[in-house]
Amino acid sequence: MMLRDMQPAAVAGEFREYHINLYGFGARKVLVTDEEVPYPDGKLIVSRTDTRGIITHCNQSFVEMSGHSREALIGAEHSILRHPDMPGVAFKSLWDDIEAGRIWHGYVKNLRGDGKFYWVYATVIPNVRDGRVVGYTSVRRKPSRTKIRESIALYQQLKAQEGSHWDGPEA
Amino acid sequence: METIYQLTVSPDFTPEHISGWYIYNTWLQRNLGLHFHLEMYDSFDAQREAIRQDAVDLIYANPYDASMLVREKGFRAVVHPMGVADECVVAVPVESAVQRVEDLQPNARVASTDDPDIHLVGMIMLEPADLNANNVQSIVVDGYVLVAKALLKGSADVGFFLKDAWDGLSNTVRKQLRPLVTSQISDIQHVLLVGPRLMDSAEDIQNLMLRMPQIEKGSGVLESLGFEGWAEVNQEDTEFMIDLMDTLKAR
Repeated sequence: MMLRDMQPAAVAGEFREYHINLYGFGARKVLVTDEEVPYPDGKLIVSRTDTRGIITHCNQSFVEMSGHSREALIGAEHSILRHPDMPGVAFKSLWDDIEAGRIWHGYVKNLRGDGKFYWVYATVIPNVRDGRVVGYTSVRRKPSRTKIRESIALYQQLKAQEGSHWDGPEA
Repeated sequence: METIYQLTVSPDFTPEHISGWYIYNTWLQRNLGLHFHLEMYDSFDAQREAIRQDAVDLIYANPYDASMLVREKGFRAVVHPMGVADECVVAVPVESAVQRVEDLQPNARVASTDDPDIHLVGMIMLEPADLNANNVQSIVVDGYVLVAKALLKGSADVGFFLKDAWDGLSNTVRKQLRPLVTSQISDIQHVLLVGPRLMDSAEDIQNLMLRMPQIEKGSGVLESLGFEGWAEVNQEDTEFMIDLMDTLKAR
């Protein structure tokens, strides 16, 4: 399923427009504001995807934080959360790790359906059933502001260095 | 000679439910027609040693140990209890200057029990303060009342409680403490698991648990355990919970 472009009607306040290239899924127009939504205390955001990064399961915290309906999320690419401030190399590292059967951790700036953003500390693991990888589970938790500040600096640097994009499904 | 199977319960059981597990054991034997010995271990280490020696056949396990039981020892989860949650309360003394998790500082003294999943979730909830196992002073005590005591005496700055145990503290104690955050994970819970020696009876045990409220004295037994009933757990539910625990344990 091709992700639909974001529409101005869904976004509150002033926004900037970006066209991001999602690996395997093509280009998508996203509309971005500067408003951060705080990560909810005590909660985990949980989702599962198939091996292509298509969402097959998500918990209520995922639905609430994503700014999308559950119906819109199930069956969509996980890169529906992809924020243009995230460097493509971060997701390349994610996919390299999980496709090799390794656990991946990282700090991720996610885009909501209303153009706002939220930061998470994500852990992604391959789901192995009968010796075969059948999908991936991603669990996000609240990151510290120190780690967010470090990540902002690192990702700005990586974005600046990126000549060609690798824009894959995301955490 | 008749086989005697061992039933055991995660040592994080709340004290008021100890007698409930003995009542459950009697009820189970009568309705299943098998002979069980209930062994209540007083520490996770002692229980894990028994599991290592293949002494355990039926276990009400916390999610942390469920992972090991399924993946390493060939157990199968059949039901989980309804009406109880494996959530963690992170609390400080009421007069503490700490108003939110982010106010906690490195070298904070953290009181907890040896309950592995509550300790794990508690430490995750300290991450927004940049705290981890390497920069806190961990104080492990024998029960949640002692976690409260450590906070009240001023020998700990912050403590982790199983939500049920927190709710079970006396009003007088609870008024002297203040929760900073309570986990709302819900996908992680205790499960009843059947071991390899008892696997032929797994379906019977599952069916019996699911019908428990309708069977004579079943409701009373459930009440004595503090459960509303049991719900079915299938293989994929178990695998999912284990995957989730693996993401939380990973560093």
